[in-house]
Amino acid sequence: MSTTLPRWIDVGLLPLINILAAFIVSGVIIALIGENPFTALTVMLKGAFVYKGALGYTLFYTTNFIFTGLAVAVAFHAMLFNIGGEGQAMLGGIGIGVVALALGGLVPPVLVVLLAIPMSALMGAIWGIIPGWLQAKRGSHIVITTIMFNFIASSIMVWLLTGPMLREGQISPESEHFADGVLLPQMHTLFNAMGMEMARSPLNLSFVLALVMSVVGWALIWRTRLGYTIRATGHSEKATIYAGHSPQKIIMITMAISGALAGMMALNEILGVQQKVILGFTSGYGFTGIAVALMGRNHPVGILFASLLFGALYQGGAELDFEFQNITREMVLMIQGLIILFSGALVYMFNPMLERIYHRLTRGNALTQEEGA
Amino acid sequence: MADLWLQFILTIDATFRVATPLILCAMAGIFSERSGIIDISLEGKMLMAAFTAATIAALTSSPLLALGAAVLVSVVFSLIHGFACITHKGNQVVSGLAINILASGLTVTLGIAIFSQGGQTPYLSGDQRFSSFDLPFAEAARSVPILGTIYAELISGHNILVWVALVSVALTGVVVMRTRFGLRLRAVGEKPEAVDTAGISVTILRYQAVVIAGVLCGIAGAYLSIAHGAGFVREMTAGKGYIALAAMIFGNWRPLQALYACLMFGFLDALAARLQGVDLPYLGQISTDLILALPYVLTVVFLAGFIGKATPPAAIGTPYVKER
Repeated sequence: MSTTLPRWIDVGLLPLINILAAFIVSGVIIALIGENPFTALTVMLKGAFVYKGALGYTLFYTTNFIFTGLAVAVAFHAMLFNIGGEGQAMLGGIGIGVVALALGGLVPPVLVVLLAIPMSALMGAIWGIIPGWLQAKRGSHIVITTIMFNFIASSIMVWLLTGPMLREGQISPESEHFADGVLLPQMHTLFNAMGMEMARSPLNLSFVLALVMSVVGWALIWRTRLGYTIRATGHSEKATIYAGHSPQKIIMITMAISGALAGMMALNEILGVQQKVILGFTSGYGFTGIAVALMGRNHPVGILFASLLFGALYQGGAELDFEFQNITREMVLMIQGLIILFSGALVYMFNPMLERIYHRLTRGNALTQEEGA
Repeated sequence: MADLWLQFILTIDATFRVATPLILCAMAGIFSERSGIIDISLEGKMLMAAFTAATIAALTSSPLLALGAAVLVSVVFSLIHGFACITHKGNQVVSGLAINILASGLTVTLGIAIFSQGGQTPYLSGDQRFSSFDLPFAEAARSVPILGTIYAELISGHNILVWVALVSVALTGVVVMRTRFGLRLRAVGEKPEAVDTAGISVTILRYQAVVIAGVLCGIAGAYLSIAHGAGFVREMTAGKGYIALAAMIFGNWRPLQALYACLMFGFLDALAARLQGVDLPYLGQISTDLILALPYVLTVVFLAGFIGKATPPAAIGTPYVKER
C-alpha cells in the first residue's frame, strides 16, 4: 500500500500508535475484569526493568525474540512467510542435545559448545530448507507447510523425550543433564570475573551472539549480492530470472538462513540455561518472532526495539502473577495477540487518518509561509 | 473374533467423536477459503467458543443458551478477521495468527477472572450439557450380531452435535456446490474481479463467508466443552483447528472429500488412543506420538503433489482492490 507520509511517521509514529491501540484495548479488558490497568502497567514496568536482576531477565527473553524475529524478517524479504520458527527452534534444540550428549565428557566442554552452536543452526536450516524446497520445486504453500512442520517437529520432540532421549529413571519428558561445563557462560559470571557487579540472571553469551547475528543479518540483506537477489526475488521473480538467478535456489537458500536463525534460538534456552533438552522450551517464541519482524519493519534495528518490548512484556508479565490475584502471565499472550492484530493485520488502519491530519498541518504551514511572503 | 469386531466398532465410534469438531471446522474453512480468505484462526475461534459455551452453561445451566453464546462470540472473532482482511486488506495469515494468540490469552485471563480456578471452568453436570442419547431399540438390537452391534454402539449413543456436524457437510455441499450463493462464493475466491464486474459486492460476499465460518467454529467449540467434554480447560482445542485446516486441504477444499479426511485423521487419533501401551503381535509397541503426526505428514505429502494434486482457490490470500 502506498503512503504519502514522510518516513519518520511511517516507521516511527505509526508503529507507536498501533502499540498504543493494543495497550488501550488491553487496558479496557483489565478494567473490565476489575483491576486497575495503570497499576498493572506499573507492576510490569518495575518487573521488567527496576528490580534487581530484572533487566537481565528482560534481555534474556529479548535474545529469543531477536533470533526468531530475524528469522522471520530474512524470509519476509523474499516474500516468504516462515511461520515455522517454533519447529525450527525445536530441531535446533535437538541438534544441541545430540552433540552435547554424544560428545560431553569425551572432548573438552569448550569444543562441545563450539560444535553445538553450528549444529543448532544446521538443524534449524534443515527444518527450513525442506518447506523451502517444497515451495520452490513442488509449489506447496510455505505457510501451510511450515505450520505442519511445527506439529511434526513437536511430535518428534515428544517421541524423543519420552523414548530414546528420556533420562533414565525420569518420568517428566527431559533428556540427561549435559556434562559439566557444557554451557554458554552466563553474563553475570563473566562480569563478576572482570570485577564488575551484576545481579544473577539467566542472561548468557547468546545475547551477544544475537547482536552479532543482527549485524550479520543487516549486512547480508543490504550489503551483499545474495541479499540483493533475495530482495529482488521478493519484489519480482521474473526480474530475478531475467537477471540470471534462479528464484527456486534463492527461495531455498533464504529458508535455510531463516531456519538457521530460528534454530539458534535454542542456544539461549538449552545451552544457556537448561543444560538439558526439555519439552516445550520454545513456548511460542517462534510465533512471537512474526510480531517482532512486523513491528520492526524487517529491519534489524527495528527488530532489536521490538524484541526489547516483547522481552519486557514477558518478564514484566511474570511479575503480574505475584502482584495480582486476578491477572496472570497469560495476560501477556492477550496483549501480544492484540499487538500482532494492530501492528500486523490492521497496520494501515490509522494511515488515512494520519494522512489527513498530516496534510492539513503541512498545508497550514505552507499557507502561513505564503501569507508571510 | 467377536471381541475384535467389537473393538473395531468401538474405535470407529470413537473416530466420529474425535472427528466432529474437525468436520465442523473443516466446513468453516471451506466457506472462508473458497471465498478467498485464508483462515488459520479456526483454532482460536473454536477455543473462544469452547470457553464461552462452558462459561454460559455453568452460569445459566442452559446448553442451548451456551451454544448460542458460543456461536455469537465466534462470529465476533470472524468479523474481526473480516475487518482486518476484507475492509483493511491486511495480511490474512497474520490476522489469523493474532486471533489464535489472543484467544489463548483471553480465555485463561477471563476464566481466572470469572471462576478463579486457574483458567478452568467448573465441572458441568448432565443437564448443563448436550448429553448423548440412545436411539430407540438400541438395547434390544445389541443381541443381533454385526448389524445390531453397529446400531447399538456406532449409530446410537451420540450427542446431538455429532449429528449436526454430519448434517453440516451435506448443507455445505449443497450450498457451496448447488446454489447461486455458492456459485458466487466460489467465483469470488477464483476471480473476484469477474464477480465485481457482474455488479455483486466482493466485500459483502466475503463477509458472509467468514460469518458462516464463525457459526460453524462456534458449534465446534461448544461441542468440545459442553457435549464431548464437561467444562473448559486451558488450550482445550490443542491444535484441532490446525488438523481441521489440514483435513480441508487434504480434501482439496471440497466438502465430501474433507469429511473423509476428517474421518481418517479422527481414526488415526482414535487408533493412537487405543494402541497406547498395547503390545501388538510382531510389531511390539507402536509409538503413538508418531501416529499422531501422520495427519501433518500426509498433508505435506499431498500438498507437494506426491499423491493427487492440490488445487486451492486461485485468489486465496489476496485482498481485492478495485481498479481505479
